[in-house]
Amino acid sequence: MPDLHFGGAEPTVAERAAVDAVVADVGPAIVEMTERLVYAGRTRAVERRHLLLPALHALQRAAGWISPGGLDHACRVLEVPPAEAYGVATFYHLFTHEPPEAADVVHVCDDIACRPLGAVDLMADLRAAGHHVRPSPCLGQCERGPAVLVQRTGGDDLTVTSAGVAEVSVAIDRGTSTASVVLPQAGSTDLCLLARIGVVDPTSLDDYLAHGGYRALEAALAMGGDRVIEEVAASGLSGRGGAAFPTGVKWQAVADQLGRPRHMVCNADESEPGTFKDRVVMEGDPFSLIEAMTVAGTAIGAEQGWLYIRGEYPVTTARLANAIAAARSAGFLGDDVAGSGARFDILLRIGAGAYICGEETALFNSIEGYRGEPRNKPPFPTTHGLFGEPTAINNVETLVNVLPIMLDGGAAYTALGTERSSGTRLFCVSGRVNAPGIYEHEFGITLGGVIEAAGGVTDGTEVRSVLLGGAAGSFVGPDRLDLPLTLEDTREAGLSLGSGVVMVFGHEDDMVDTVRRIAEFFRDESCGQCVPCRVGTVRQEEVLVRLRRGATLDDERELLDDLGAVMRDASICGLGQTAAGAVRSALDLGLLEGAR
Amino acid sequence: MNGTPVGTPRPLVGITLDGKAVKVPEGSTILDACRREGVDTPTLCWAENLTPVNVCRVCVVEVEGSRVLVPSCSRPVEEGMVVGTDTERVRTSRRMVFELLASSVRMDRSDADVLDWMDHYGARPERMGARDEIATVAQPVKVQDDLYVRDYERCILCYKCVEACGDDAQHTYAIATAGRGFDAHISTEFDVTLPDSACVYCGNCIGVCPTGALVFKTEHDMREEGTWDESAQEVTTTVCGFCGVGCNLELHTQDDRIVKVTSPADHSVTHGHLCIKGRFGWQHAQS
Ligand SMILES: Cc1cc2nc3c(=O)[nH]c(=O)nc-3n(C[C@H](O)[C@H](O)[C@H](O)COP(=O)(O)O)c2cc1C
Ligand code: SF4
Ligand code: SF4
Ligand code: SF4
Ligand code: FES
Ligand code: FES
Repeated sequence: MPDLHFGGAEPTVAERAAVDAVVADVGPAIVEMTERLVYAGRTRAVERRHLLLPALHALQRAAGWISPGGLDHACRVLEVPPAEAYGVATFYHLFTHEPPEAADVVHVCDDIACRPLGAVDLMADLRAAGHHVRPSPCLGQCERGPAVLVQRTGGDDLTVTSAGVAEVSVAIDRGTSTASVVLPQAGSTDLCLLARIGVVDPTSLDDYLAHGGYRALEAALAMGGDRVIEEVAASGLSGRGGAAFPTGVKWQAVADQLGRPRHMVCNADESEPGTFKDRVVMEGDPFSLIEAMTVAGTAIGAEQGWLYIRGEYPVTTARLANAIAAARSAGFLGDDVAGSGARFDILLRIGAGAYICGEETALFNSIEGYRGEPRNKPPFPTTHGLFGEPTAINNVETLVNVLPIMLDGGAAYTALGTERSSGTRLFCVSGRVNAPGIYEHEFGITLGGVIEAAGGVTDGTEVRSVLLGGAAGSFVGPDRLDLPLTLEDTREAGLSLGSGVVMVFGHEDDMVDTVRRIAEFFRDESCGQCVPCRVGTVRQEEVLVRLRRGATLDDERELLDDLGAVMRDASICGLGQTAAGAVRSALDLGLLEGAR
Repeated sequence: MNGTPVGTPRPLVGITLDGKAVKVPEGSTILDACRREGVDTPTLCWAENLTPVNVCRVCVVEVEGSRVLVPSCSRPVEEGMVVGTDTERVRTSRRMVFELLASSVRMDRSDADVLDWMDHYGARPERMGARDEIATVAQPVKVQDDLYVRDYERCILCYKCVEACGDDAQHTYAIATAGRGFDAHISTEFDVTLPDSACVYCGNCIGVCPTGALVFKTEHDMREEGTWDESAQEVTTTVCGFCGVGCNLELHTQDDRIVKVTSPADHSVTHGHLCIKGRFGWQHAQS
């Protein structure tokens, strides 16, 4: 690192203490340059730079903003150029760089599931009641909206669901979040991934052990890494984070990188609008994820695990932190995992309001202390992942599937689901249904079946359309209710299950506004790196605003087509590539006709 | 930098470029192959003296077997690759990149080849809507010293200045990308002025900026006065006398006055990059 230039601003005592606590157990600054990545370009300082994101969180929490003095102090301690650190801090929605207007910031979800539940009025009411309100994209509580996140200075953040002004005030006064959900399917014996939720005490390792916990790890350690990967491959398990990539193939590719340090990363960023499955799993059964990551890490030869969770899940984060600490003190993590001699530990990393950080390479950059900008692929994470090293990154739901595979074997797992889509899938059902929530079904259930299982469509409503797969997915019409939900059937229909979102809209819903909100989401969440997405998402939203104000669809169609083409074809990552998908499907279904 | 070791002969790789079988050295990018074959390919964020960041996407080509288009400036060739540089999809994406940029950024002072490409691909940015009805990056120009001016209304966010200020040349890290999405912009920490930042006035960022967002104060003032006239300028090459390194300087003069200083990007010593003395020292000599 060359000599860096720092500003003259001084940190407050609290800011200094907050940053120093983050770096306390790391020792003096050692800054090493990693080799230039062939494609991504930059020289990377490791060792301390990855503490930048935790340091920014500490500053925000201590002072209610990232002040010049606070940032400067973090830069000196971590040896990061201030301009770069400022670039990182301003990337995230939950970090502010102006003095706070209030000690508590009330983030209100005004995204597509919460809008029909009165989110827009709620914002006005909360403002009238004197709160400092900021609109937020989906907070991952879509089954119980409107959802609110209270970001507090000097204290723990709070989640409030089915929120009204009174609920928010009470939560702030008491400093407590809304309790975790009760599963609609609770008690069903068909559950595999959700079986322990609501049954086990999520804060107790002993209770987890009493409910079959850590038997899968025991089996895995007895089998050895090669067999574990074989079983996962034989199970046909594919990724549940959106891309449905075969998990066994991914793990094998990382395991093959002998002689290089390897990483196991769990992607718990869950920010796709309409998605809340990972939250339910992590809140209700946190040890299962820690166990599954340990199975994965020891199998692929990774000594370091990283669990990256979105910043809007304070309750979930506390459960996971507790679970990691308990597992470590019981010897399930550390230098000698469960007495096997294998070394594996997990670091928890917390996002700060950026959907794009769920994209795997953006997530790596975020952990490393850089802006959450996706990298160009190839090279792929299996060879050039976190810190440029071989990395297996998996979604939460993907990982917890590994536990039954260890216990019963890959072959037994294939008995569930269909031939080409084995296992079960978690569905995030919201919108106009009687019992919204997370549902576990075998692959192959129809779309209508999922809606029926969620208590059916609410009385007096007919299905007008269903958003399948999230904002990055597509709208489908009622003619698709008999579509079997498998990888093969959805692919054939030009659709995707994505993150398992099934959001039901009726005739009373304002679809032009819903589609416009999706366009706004992509505009707000684009990282801004590449032109097709940075400007294309803005122009797409402008078209939808014009349509809502009465512009004629025919006048806008050519532009919409061209915007869709350049975003899909020329964007760097999946965000830009799918940003026009839902809009396109809405257009095809005629949902934008008669725009108001 | 895109460095390939000099001198060691590299094995050749066979690819098909626009239907023609060609052989190019292993490790070349598709863009290298296009240039060897004389296929004109637009670029905005690529420069021979900088590491590719592949963010502008104007250089995209169609590669058989790839779901999406690929950036030619950074993708290495592979044996048997079938590349199309002038397909319908490629033309649409290139035109759209120019339209999207030109609808939000003022591009009229861009390098001449940029303006030619916009013309070639038939960019019609005006169909995005009237400028006062759509989002643009319009903002006041930053004039904070006598040496250079930052006019971010002209910034296409190609990251070249950030790279030149950072890892690729200067290692000063005075500027970086801040904000996100359409609000992303080049900035010092908390937008402090350049004199308050780490900037050492090497002017290397000016040297790489393709759109005239970063210019010498002399150029900015003359353009505002309407006296800037490239056709009346002469370029003389000389060696900088301030120290013993021997950097090549190109002095641009108009009416016998030095109006800006550059260095050739292919010069073995400078790779186009200079320090404050070579870049701005003439100001003292002249005034
Ligand atoms: C914009 C964007 C956001 C994403 N967000 C998430 C996410 O929140 N969680 C997730 O598991 N995968 C997400 N992904 C997919 C990941 O890039 C990656 O494919 C996945 O984590 C791999 O895990 P899997 O194979 O277990 O699915 C996202 C992808 C994109 C393009
Ligand atoms: S597609 Fe969008 S989110 Fe992805 S890299 Fe480009 S600008 Fe960033
Ligand atoms: S003049 Fe040099 S130091 Fe200053 S911003 Fe430009 S490249 Fe960086
Ligand atoms: S100022 Fe110039 S060089 Fe820097 S990003 Fe903008 S256009 Fe590129
Ligand atoms: S929590 Fe509001 S839409 Fe998901
Ligand atoms: S020149 Fe290739 S992406 Fe910009």
